Amino acid sequence: MSVAEQVRQYILENFLFSTDVSLLGLDESFLERGLIDSTGMLEVILFLEETFGVKVADDEMVPENLDSVNRIAAFVERKKA
Amino acid sequence: MCGIAGILNLAPGAPVTGTELAGMLQPLYSRGPDGQGTYLDEPQLVGLAHARLSIIDLAGGAQPIHNEDRTVWVTFNGEIFNYVELRAELEQAGHRFYTHTDTEVIIHLYEEHGLRFAERLNGQFAIGLWDVRARRLVLARDRAGILPLFYSRDGGRLVFASEIKSLLRGLSHRPQMNRVALDQVFTFWSPVGATTLFEGIEQLQPGHMLVAENGRVSISQYWNWIFREPGDYLKGSVEDLARELHGLLADATRIRLRADVPVGAYLSGGLDSTALVALMCEGGVKPNTFSLAFEDPGLDESEHQLAAAGHFGVNHRTIRVGDEHIRDGFVRTVWRAETPFLRCAPIPLMALSELAHRSDCKVVMTGEGADEVFGGYDLFKEAKIRRFWARRPDSKWRARLLQRLYPYLDITSARGQAYSEAFFGSGLAGKESAFFAHGPRWKTTAQGKVLFSEETRERIDGAAAVAEFAHALPAGFGAWDPFNQSQYVEAKTLLAGYLLSTQGDRMLMANSVEGRFPYLDHRVIEFANALDPRLKMRVLNEKYLLKKALGPQLPPGIAARKKQPYRSPDSKAFEAGRVEFVEDALSEASLKRTGYFDAGRVQLLWRKVKSGRAVSYKDSMTFIGVLSTQVWHGLFVDGVTPPGGRL
Repeated sequence: MSVAEQVRQYILENFLFSTDVSLLGLDESFLERGLIDSTGMLEVILFLEETFGVKVADDEMVPENLDSVNRIAAFVERKKA
Repeated sequence: MCGIAGILNLAPGAPVTGTELAGMLQPLYSRGPDGQGTYLDEPQLVGLAHARLSIIDLAGGAQPIHNEDRTVWVTFNGEIFNYVELRAELEQAGHRFYTHTDTEVIIHLYEEHGLRFAERLNGQFAIGLWDVRARRLVLARDRAGILPLFYSRDGGRLVFASEIKSLLRGLSHRPQMNRVALDQVFTFWSPVGATTLFEGIEQLQPGHMLVAENGRVSISQYWNWIFREPGDYLKGSVEDLARELHGLLADATRIRLRADVPVGAYLSGGLDSTALVALMCEGGVKPNTFSLAFEDPGLDESEHQLAAAGHFGVNHRTIRVGDEHIRDGFVRTVWRAETPFLRCAPIPLMALSELAHRSDCKVVMTGEGADEVFGGYDLFKEAKIRRFWARRPDSKWRARLLQRLYPYLDITSARGQAYSEAFFGSGLAGKESAFFAHGPRWKTTAQGKVLFSEETRERIDGAAAVAEFAHALPAGFGAWDPFNQSQYVEAKTLLAGYLLSTQGDRMLMANSVEGRFPYLDHRVIEFANALDPRLKMRVLNEKYLLKKALGPQLPPGIAARKKQPYRSPDSKAFEAGRVEFVEDALSEASLKRTGYFDAGRVQLLWRKVKSGRAVSYKDSMTFIGVLSTQVWHGLFVDGVTPPGGRL
């Protein structure tokens, strides 16, 4: 499964409590949708660190890197490279 | 405090019977364990019932009470604190009293002023009054919503009661859930306006009166939270206004000491309740005080409670609450609250009233209302920062002010800051909206609706909850300062709908304890509402004028203490082990049967909670909301007697 798909699945199961992929677009902004608040984002970061072995620095915790499935996937790819 | 109930035939119908009234009184026992009384008029068109908690005129105050020639009768739950002054006036005008109760002034006020009687009352009340000659029933509820009053039109009858479980005994059928109310709970934390969780059952709104006459029912409003327009605020120096406020609060406390039983106090360790104890001592009373202590050090405020108690030299008792209290008290709390809830906060408060009851305390002074009236919540502070930020949205340092608000959210200063900024910045462009302050909270809460079933979604319109509330805003609202607007919204949603009811009256009455609220004295509210908002929040110093008015009498450090909102253990209490009622309520079979929520999604959330990963407020609120709704259904729709029998 691609990074993007893994991330989408995690968010679907833990924030939408569903497995239906049609519920979350890969480019949808979490903030705009009100889907993930600041404490929720910490949860996502934990998932990334545990699942992909990447360390997220404090100043990397910005919407540019994390506010959609595709952004997260791109961010993870950059970190792993 | 008491419980009231009654039945009126709006059209000729089966006579109201003593048996029916007795049936309605039975579930009100804990509200009124000291005695019961009923009144039936001659053709049994109407019946009034009363369950008594004796506080004033212990020997002579049995209700329902009547006037000189038995043509006006009343059943009353509450206290009229200015009854001494009112009685003096009424006796001057020639009225004769046969009891020493506060209740009796209501009847004679009605004789003097007709339907305007409620405007003279300073107190907390739910009133059922029958005018024999006019064949008129009047229901009235206090201004802030301290006490409950529900009613329903059932066939040709109007049935009313203090609690829904009493009302249900007077109805010919068992109502279903009102899905619109569920939608409101998952937005505002409670139903709003006249709505309740039950189809066909309404609540009389705070500051409203219902009149049933000639087969017709009409509702009117006698009081509202009204604020002044900029330029029109109360004039005077800060010192003068602080002195005036002190005087008002001292008087509000003084008249709330009127009782034939001892008056105690809840002591949370914060400014509001500590100040009340100070005022009580000033008034010559050393109250027994009661507090909650938590096993979780992040929630506990014992140190400050003990410091305050020591400072005043009062007799202090504490009850220690841990996760097991949350689990063990959950079902009983839903039963008492009669509505789903999103936070477990009410549960420890039931333990607290039980402590008071076991200590033979029937009345407690409590600080609820201060935050709403004087702008004490972080919500207000947050809104102010956001508006300030909105003037320069690209300004980083403006956003950094937000961090000062949330240290207890455990987000380190840099980590999560960008996110906090983005989250709180949402809707900056809409800073002029009436719901600017409440938007983020409602939006976060509403995320829980993702668990609604297809069936539930079909029966509600997603945007309706907020839109309907917007519709009911008073004329002039648009001209008020945004801070005042937020206060209005808070008073109309959280205060009456949840804090005073689910967390307040219901938890107190579960153990036959009456709460009294000096900060909700209508003179205090009206004074605060007329203030320049900058006296309520000066830059980011909340309850500024209140601190100025009361600070000098407090133990050192209390006023300067960072606000710690009351929080209790939440979904975390359900992480460990297997809890029978939770397994039942959240089983696939149970979820399918009630049909409110999507079974698959609930199961995923349940799994998340059990694994300890449900760390956010949102998840906790959603979980507790779903669980309490399922439990609610079992108790009120299925009518199942909970384990342990009588609650």
